[in-house]
Amino acid sequence: MRAEGNEAQMSDPERTTNYCAAMEAKLVEYLDGRAKPIERRAIEEHLAGCSACRNRAEDFRAVLGALDDLPMISPSPAFDASLRARIAAEPARRGLWGWLPSPRLAFAVTALVAMSIWMASMPRITTNDPAMSGVAGEADFRMIRDLPVLENYEVLSTFDALSELPAPPTAAVPGEVTNETRE
Amino acid sequence: MARTDVQLMLDVKAGDEQSFELLLRKYRTPLVNFLYRMVRDLAVAEDLAQEVFLRVYRARKEYAPSAKFTTWMFRIATNLALNSVRDNRYRRMEISMDHAVDAGDDDHPVMEVSDRTPSVEQQLVARSRSELILRAIHALPEKQRAAVLLHKYQELDYDEIARILECSESALKSLLFRAYETLRLELAPLVNSVGVSSDAR
Repeated sequence: MRAEGNEAQMSDPERTTNYCAAMEAKLVEYLDGRAKPIERRAIEEHLAGCSACRNRAEDFRAVLGALDDLPMISPSPAFDASLRARIAAEPARRGLWGWLPSPRLAFAVTALVAMSIWMASMPRITTNDPAMSGVAGEADFRMIRDLPVLENYEVLSTFDALSELPAPPTAAVPGEVTNETRE
Repeated sequence: MARTDVQLMLDVKAGDEQSFELLLRKYRTPLVNFLYRMVRDLAVAEDLAQEVFLRVYRARKEYAPSAKFTTWMFRIATNLALNSVRDNRYRRMEISMDHAVDAGDDDHPVMEVSDRTPSVEQQLVARSRSELILRAIHALPEKQRAAVLLHKYQELDYDEIARILECSESALKSLLFRAYETLRLELAPLVNSVGVSSDAR
């Protein structure tokens, strides 16, 4: 059965080439021994008929074997002590703000609280208070009255902006019939 | 009966410092080796390994066993290693560019960042088998390097490695294939196959 498969592969170069491309996703798994039995059989049939893939598989096996020669290194004796020191420093570093996700947020919360307290401590003027509104109205009146520009008639009479104002509506002539009087 | 890593971590979460000690003893050597082979600097590798344990310890209160402990731990380690490699490469590039300005100035010879003309002593070191392997691994692109190290030395399952590297299993298998194909060429003197010279080269 396998021999027939090999012959079929060798007599069909296109199919063999397609399988060569498919080896990219299958070869490592095959060499790891993790390929499913049906896949393994198909790969072995292909390798039997394709020298390029067979050589590659042998080389990959050799590479995997060569990588075993890399020696393991041991951490330095100070590794554990240094790590313990870093862990011991953790709670002190986090301190009061340990429950907050970041120092930026801690700063933002502090700033917000401080601003709220400051705003709460400021005196408020509410317009609902009649006594306060009377005081404010009187102050406004005094300010308008004391404006120096209003005291200078010459300035006002030559003030260009005033000349551009629309003319006031003329008073109704007595006896003239208007819509209002007609109604 | 020995407790699993997940059980140990849940005990750490419950406040058992001794369980953290057991995890440390079990994984410090594999972690330091993985990180050393990623960054090729022992001091940096140890510093990064400590950072991994520190992050595991910090996260103990929020730990939920949604994945294997090794997947979680090596994901932290891989991310730290990749960041370190990229930072180091960026730093070396900056040094290289700074010194390129001085090219041609006899008082300020150009700094040799890459080792193009190794000394006799360096050549002797490079000839040693393990050095050749280490160089070949380090010459791989970062993600391929991490994939090979996790596959070959940690013997993690494909789905675990794929999770660590944030890729699909099929992408991982292609990644491994390409990595071993490169190593096949780089380690040709050790592999000593007819196929390398006739097919691959």
